[in-house]
Amino acid sequence: MSRPEEIAPPEIFYGDVEAKKYTGNTRVQSIQAEMTDRAIELLALPPDEAQFILDIGCGSGLSGEILDEDGHYWVGCDVAPSMLEVALQREVEGDLFLQDIGQGFGFRPGTFDAAISISVVQWLLNADSAAHSPPQRLNRFFTTLHSCLRNPSRAVFQFYPSSDDQVHMLTTAAQRAGFGGGVVVDYPNSAKKRKMYLCLMVGQSEIPKGLGENGMEVEGDAGDDKVKNEKRRRTERARGKKSMKGVVDKDWIMKKKELYRNRGKEGVPRDSKFTARKRKPKF
Amino acid sequence: MVRLITHNMLTCHVKNCTKDNYPLVFQDAAVEIRPAEPNLGFIERFLPKLEWSALVSTAKALGDDSLPEVMPEDEEELRSEEFLTKLHHVLMEIHVEEGAMVCRGCGHVYQISSGIPNMLLAEHEVGR
Repeated sequence: MSRPEEIAPPEIFYGDVEAKKYTGNTRVQSIQAEMTDRAIELLALPPDEAQFILDIGCGSGLSGEILDEDGHYWVGCDVAPSMLEVALQREVEGDLFLQDIGQGFGFRPGTFDAAISISVVQWLLNADSAAHSPPQRLNRFFTTLHSCLRNPSRAVFQFYPSSDDQVHMLTTAAQRAGFGGGVVVDYPNSAKKRKMYLCLMVGQSEIPKGLGENGMEVEGDAGDDKVKNEKRRRTERARGKKSMKGVVDKDWIMKKKELYRNRGKEGVPRDSKFTARKRKPKF
Repeated sequence: MVRLITHNMLTCHVKNCTKDNYPLVFQDAAVEIRPAEPNLGFIERFLPKLEWSALVSTAKALGDDSLPEVMPEDEEELRSEEFLTKLHHVLMEIHVEEGAMVCRGCGHVYQISSGIPNMLLAEHEVGR
């Protein structure tokens, strides 16, 4: 699958041609609408009350239109002038800004009741010029966003990470800025339908659950953290050998890894179900 | 398409610009009035967020002096339909289409063209 963020910076990639293509494509439209609806659902806004919402990376206003339909007032910002031009032609209701979200926002504290962003934040993870540093830009973005949101409120970002490391980078940057919450994965077992939402909260802490097959709700994160039957295997082995000296357990390893991460050591392996897993005896 | 409701929320975000960075002053503003569906409940809930003196001075500069100098203290007057309709007109229907917004603190000029302000900063102006 091609990734637009690897081809060119957003303001160049979404030039006149691409902006028109993007907005005119009915498939893109329907996917965008679906994701916006889901993001609005995750925002858990009070029913029948118009809200003041920030649309981060509004593009041609596809998601803004849905906010309009629900009667909300919104402000959109995007870095691609061509996309904003299309938005102007489509006569969307919200105020538009030409803004690079990695440079931070200048809104007064507590301005917005919510923030929404569809397929945007993965662009922040790329360094498009020598002066760009993704961690720094993420930090600036999240701290200024945190301050311009009301307490309590939510911000939902739909995004396409290219690796687990990117998810980790985003969540830690958001946590550092003071947000609570985490990643919600819809349809985690379907390659096509799988969608990730970064659901951040100001002043509240319960993460909503992702959608599974048949619209069922499943646990927020990617399943069980343990290897199957590991406990049984371990007890059986322990029965066979009475004393196992020098064995390090999972807690100890996790503690050490946490410590190294806090110290900023590089190359600490990421946590998975294989962390501290017992291996087969070898001769 | 800069409405005054958004302008009232906007400060300068240039690095180290913390004094006199609010409100941004309009320059050579071309104003357009576009009728919008009033939602008085929303305006009423928005009242505590507004910075009144900034709103009145900006509206005056754009040639609209329908708002009182001081925010009415009387709750009833504040929530009256007449007052909220007036406020709705100023906040939602006045659009600045062309011109610029200037920060009084650092002098940064945010150009507005066809209703879209350019909020991009040069690399040395970005805060950390």
